[in-house]
Amino acid sequence: MFKQILVPVDLAHAGRLTRACEVAGDLARHYGIGVTYVAVAAPQPGEVAQSPEAYREKLDAFAAAEAERHGHRVSSRLMVSPDPAAELDEALVRALEESGADLVVMASHVPGWVEHVFPSHGGRLASHAKASVLLVRP
Amino acid sequence: MTDQTSQDLTDQGIPAPEGEVDLIETDYEIGQDNIEGSLGPFGFDIHNPVFLVSGLSIVAFVFYALALPGQAEAVFGWLRPFLTSTFDWLFLSAGNIFVLFCLALIVLPVGRVRLGGAEATPDYSYSGWFAMLFAAGMGIGLMFFGVLEPVYHMAISQPLGTPSPFAEDGSLIPGNVDAAREMGLAATIYHWGLHPWAIYAVVALALALFTYNKGLPLTIRSAFYPIFGERIWGWTGHVIDIIAVFATLFGLATSLGFGAQQANAGLSHVFGVPEDLTVQILLITGITAIALISVLRGLDGGVKVLSEINMVVAALLLIFVLVAGPTGTILADFGEGMLAYVKDLPALSNPFGREDTDYMQGWTAFYWAWWISWSPFVGMFIARVSRGRTVREFVVCVLLIPSLVCVLWMAVFGGAAIDQVLSDPVNSAVKAQVIDSYNPPMSLFAMLEALPWASVTSVIGIVLVIVFFVTSSDSGSLVIDTITAGGKIDAPLPQRVFWCTFEGAVAIVLLVGGGLSALQAMVISTGLPFTLVLLMMCFAIFRGLQAEAH
Repeated sequence: MFKQILVPVDLAHAGRLTRACEVAGDLARHYGIGVTYVAVAAPQPGEVAQSPEAYREKLDAFAAAEAERHGHRVSSRLMVSPDPAAELDEALVRALEESGADLVVMASHVPGWVEHVFPSHGGRLASHAKASVLLVRP
Repeated sequence: MTDQTSQDLTDQGIPAPEGEVDLIETDYEIGQDNIEGSLGPFGFDIHNPVFLVSGLSIVAFVFYALALPGQAEAVFGWLRPFLTSTFDWLFLSAGNIFVLFCLALIVLPVGRVRLGGAEATPDYSYSGWFAMLFAAGMGIGLMFFGVLEPVYHMAISQPLGTPSPFAEDGSLIPGNVDAAREMGLAATIYHWGLHPWAIYAVVALALALFTYNKGLPLTIRSAFYPIFGERIWGWTGHVIDIIAVFATLFGLATSLGFGAQQANAGLSHVFGVPEDLTVQILLITGITAIALISVLRGLDGGVKVLSEINMVVAALLLIFVLVAGPTGTILADFGEGMLAYVKDLPALSNPFGREDTDYMQGWTAFYWAWWISWSPFVGMFIARVSRGRTVREFVVCVLLIPSLVCVLWMAVFGGAAIDQVLSDPVNSAVKAQVIDSYNPPMSLFAMLEALPWASVTSVIGIVLVIVFFVTSSDSGSLVIDTITAGGKIDAPLPQRVFWCTFEGAVAIVLLVGGGLSALQAMVISTGLPFTLVLLMMCFAIFRGLQAEAH
């Protein structure tokens, strides 16, 4: 059915990812496929890490912990963007193309009127990506 | 199993320091003092004291000036002459210290320190980022003052007592012409050459050094670690960052005010649009709305694209004026102006015992305050491109390349205008708009009028001013947002929208409450405390560099 799952993660808010990661783990086992965890970071020191290198290590550790929990194949991918707040969506679309994944599983919030002005990242990805997108509400 | 392919895929990643650096060990984590939450449907992630104090003060300032415009106008009218006449020596001395500090960094052994660690290699070419830096930092100023300033110094402000080439009755005094012509350019070059770029270099170097080599957040307070230690994470640091936010915001609002007035003058000149406050307010509102779109498109998609387009258009306009104007005279003026600048630099930069207060207080002190208030802003852009350069290489590039571009711009626009004024004083529109009646926003269009295709080039001029306005407003919001989010550069976008909107609002209320003099009064009052911050910063940079291997 699917070849590879992509799960965008923001390590600054790892607590909000639990449900999406559970779903991704279950699906990966069901179809016997791997999961790529992708994060977007700025080149400057940030909340999660002082450098993209350090961020990458944390992302690898996060992926390894997921692999242990669900027993699926994992890989990780860090996208560096000079303006992550505004360019997250483009970075995710690029990550999707580069990773060859065909299913995105992504945490998203409950939409309201404000999404007309600032669309959610999941919503943007669903309208721009060729892959299937599964948005997991909290 | 995790793979490392991600390593190859990051096109712009800045890795951890390479080679030996003196990382500062601190328990502070970026974002630890931030509050996250949501206001209605909008999420936010702000550095609590810095955002609240600066945000609320700005909102209060806007409402005060709107509620009591008469009183505000009186305050602004008094403030500017008071500050420039009382603190002119401080601004001028500080400017000289920044230049000398930069020159010292070039010759001292600490100049060998490499930003990002001894093994680091440069990540960026300068071109794209220099485009942004010009477009963001000086674009509106170059458009506004390019014609005005050289002509004004040539004929009116009498720098160093150089007599005006015009007699009381408006006739030319041939004996004064050559000296005044040289001084017009030299006095302008002084304001746009080494001094402003030394100010920017200091802030950029501080940000780059403490972010790339010491691992601290990208915010002004980080540079003060060698002086205050862990206290920079408390109120000492909050105050430094708040002063930086005020300076940046009012520096930006001043440029936006200049831009709105000039765009209005141009539209009135070409299309007969009325030249009044209502139109300017509509212009600021409309252009801020465009800036908001640019904010939402992000750094690469918005401001970078606009900056690059604008730099090309500005370069074409420069070449046009050079070719269509008196090319030989302009080039000769450029050479003579540079020589006069070198010769008169000691006298022009002397902070004490000056008689030419019109020039020194009215122009130099204002400029230094304005450049200083822009410095967090331009500094952050330069810092982003400077990783991998040595301090020496960095200072030489930042001092010389942009200085030369500015000087060339001034020589071409000012030189062409001065030539028009002196060769045909009776019919010169520049003379009418600058010397006979003082109408600064019109000066550029008056100069273009005497060249071929005036209506086309005037429209290009208006478009340039508007796009420079957009890029300044957009990148200014990014910088202020980064500082008020405790050095985070991925804070939610609605915050940047807030700052962008209030930059426009501040520009509007300053224009309502007294026009240009209100703009200049506020930029000088916020530039003053930041001058003291920058002086301390020089010391901190030196201490930080000494701790690095060199």
